[in-house]
Amino acid sequence: MRTRMPAQSDLTPPDASEIEAVIRPFLTLEGPLLPMLHALQEVYGYVPETAHAPLCAALKITRAELKGVLSFYHDFRACPSGKHVLKICRAEACQAMGATAMAERLLKKLGVDWHGTTANGAVTVEPVYCLGLCACAPAAMVDGKVIGRVSDTRLDVVLAEVGA
Amino acid sequence: MRIYVPRDSAAKALGADEVADALMVEAQNRGLEVEIIRNGTRGMIWLEPLVEIEKNGVRLAYGPIAPDDAAALLDGRVEALGSVEDIPFFARQTRLTFARCGVIDPLSIADYEAHGGLAGLKRAIAMSQDAIIDEVKLSGLRGRGGAGFPTGIKWDTVRLAHAAQKYIVCNADEGDSGTFADRMIMEGDPFTLIEGMAIAGIGCGATKGYIYIRSEYPDAIAVMSRAVEIARAAGVLGVDILGSGKAFDMEVRTGAGAYVCGEETSLLNSLEGKRGVVRAKPPLPALEGFLGRPTVVNNVISLATVPVIFAKGAAHYAGFGLGRSKGTMPIQIAGNVQFGGLFETAFGMPLGELVNTVAGGTASGRPVKAVQVGGPLGAYLHPDQFDTPFGYEEFDGQKALIGHAGIVVFDDSADMLSMARFAMEFCAVESCGKCTPCRIGAVRGVETIDRIAEGDAGAIALLTDLCEVMTDGSLCALGGFTPFPVMSALRHFPEDFAPHKEAAE
Repeated sequence: MRTRMPAQSDLTPPDASEIEAVIRPFLTLEGPLLPMLHALQEVYGYVPETAHAPLCAALKITRAELKGVLSFYHDFRACPSGKHVLKICRAEACQAMGATAMAERLLKKLGVDWHGTTANGAVTVEPVYCLGLCACAPAAMVDGKVIGRVSDTRLDVVLAEVGA
Repeated sequence: MRIYVPRDSAAKALGADEVADALMVEAQNRGLEVEIIRNGTRGMIWLEPLVEIEKNGVRLAYGPIAPDDAAALLDGRVEALGSVEDIPFFARQTRLTFARCGVIDPLSIADYEAHGGLAGLKRAIAMSQDAIIDEVKLSGLRGRGGAGFPTGIKWDTVRLAHAAQKYIVCNADEGDSGTFADRMIMEGDPFTLIEGMAIAGIGCGATKGYIYIRSEYPDAIAVMSRAVEIARAAGVLGVDILGSGKAFDMEVRTGAGAYVCGEETSLLNSLEGKRGVVRAKPPLPALEGFLGRPTVVNNVISLATVPVIFAKGAAHYAGFGLGRSKGTMPIQIAGNVQFGGLFETAFGMPLGELVNTVAGGTASGRPVKAVQVGGPLGAYLHPDQFDTPFGYEEFDGQKALIGHAGIVVFDDSADMLSMARFAMEFCAVESCGKCTPCRIGAVRGVETIDRIAEGDAGAIALLTDLCEVMTDGSLCALGGFTPFPVMSALRHFPEDFAPHKEAAE
């Protein structure tokens, strides 16, 4: 999420040799799968389906085991997100400062639901359960950059910046 | 002139990076020789970005500072708050674990050592494994992640286990709402965690460690990863720790957005590259943990507290606290409060004093309605319970828990039925799916609370029964503790569950 994510249009799925080059540095780790998946997502913005066979071969795991892991964790995407990812905290401390109503207004304004991407592909809105910014709630994060005491006006500035 | 501008996420979220940039520009405009140090936060988040300026050995605090204030600040036209140590919120604290946080440059090992760092490790290196474990036992340190299990006993189990490879795993999957102590120490004093893990490794005979940090904390991951490299280069980690001939090294690993991975067995599965499902216990992780080998799994704060215990002695640490809750606890004050932040204090302060005096009541100025202590699995406490002293057993007696010591304050606009529903909804989203009471119970819980909201008073008995099943039958704290917020909301705020409310609309 810290790198630029490819727009949906200029997307060609990487081939096996590209995938192998990304995952190779992690082969010597104990428990290498999550570091590999994070690396793939860092490079491509999602975990391409073309990565499944090389991952299974490298780690000697079944496709079912791999799919089990991919579907378990909220972080891993099967397809690219919008150009930017806006995470809005839904947890209790932020709720205590009005986050629920603020998030509803945001989703309505963008015309998306949680996990949805705006029609122009500019931003995907994800829920997050705590960013550890509970003493300056409500909190949000845009592409890894944290924002505290978020308000409707602050969100408008963010949306303008990401072109939503 | 030396200027401190915090690099802590909370400070950054309130504009600290922009303030640091503005100060640099304005200093250049004035031809001033300044050194900007990106320290951790002192924990007074309502004052962030809190800038400190050190002149002639005196360090004065200013805050909150906006980028536009940079010029005035450098020209001496901003009134100082005095020294941080004199600000009442700070002056009342007992800082042991967080003594260096916000004071030093988090990535300067020289600064760390100048402020008492590595003294504990040097002492531990000269001790036998038995003596190291005894020191931890004597300190009375209990797991700060929430369960409160005696740390020394856990370490002893791993020490006595026979295996070619043992591990120290630091649980930095701090997912509880209202908590940020782990993040704050990792961003503000990462070497104290590394030192604590090295002492644990030496004490238990483990040569390898992992810090599992949640992916929601990119700043903490960056600081921690860099700190590990620096510690390795300085010989604090590696095959020959500080020339002792003893080996310990560690890696930083990133979680992937699953709350349940804060549960230790689920975390171990995740670290192994599997689905983060909970394992049945026994076997204990201390005997069969990471890759089936003996593993200490400790919370960040437990491990980060170890250096001060060794530097100052177990008796010094155990001298603070109340009953079986020894030492200090970094209490995280959050939500609808006037003064939010981290308040490290000896166990025993009444909850009401924390909420009304330390936190200054609500930010909205409205009356306090409820306080959730211990994250999403912690109970909602009513102001009638405000005389409860902050301690493990004392909260247990109130059918509550202190957990990781986050307290989230709500004003009277909070609807407790909605909060109970959210607790069930959260459990449903985050359940690992292994045990039925949690996987199915949480979904049924949401439905049952919706029935109550629609005026079905009979569903209250059903909800109570469901919560009993979840408490008794769940494999881990996610399903087992979700009834704490649900039942406490129902017990203390029955008016929010009364049929007339929604039915009348």
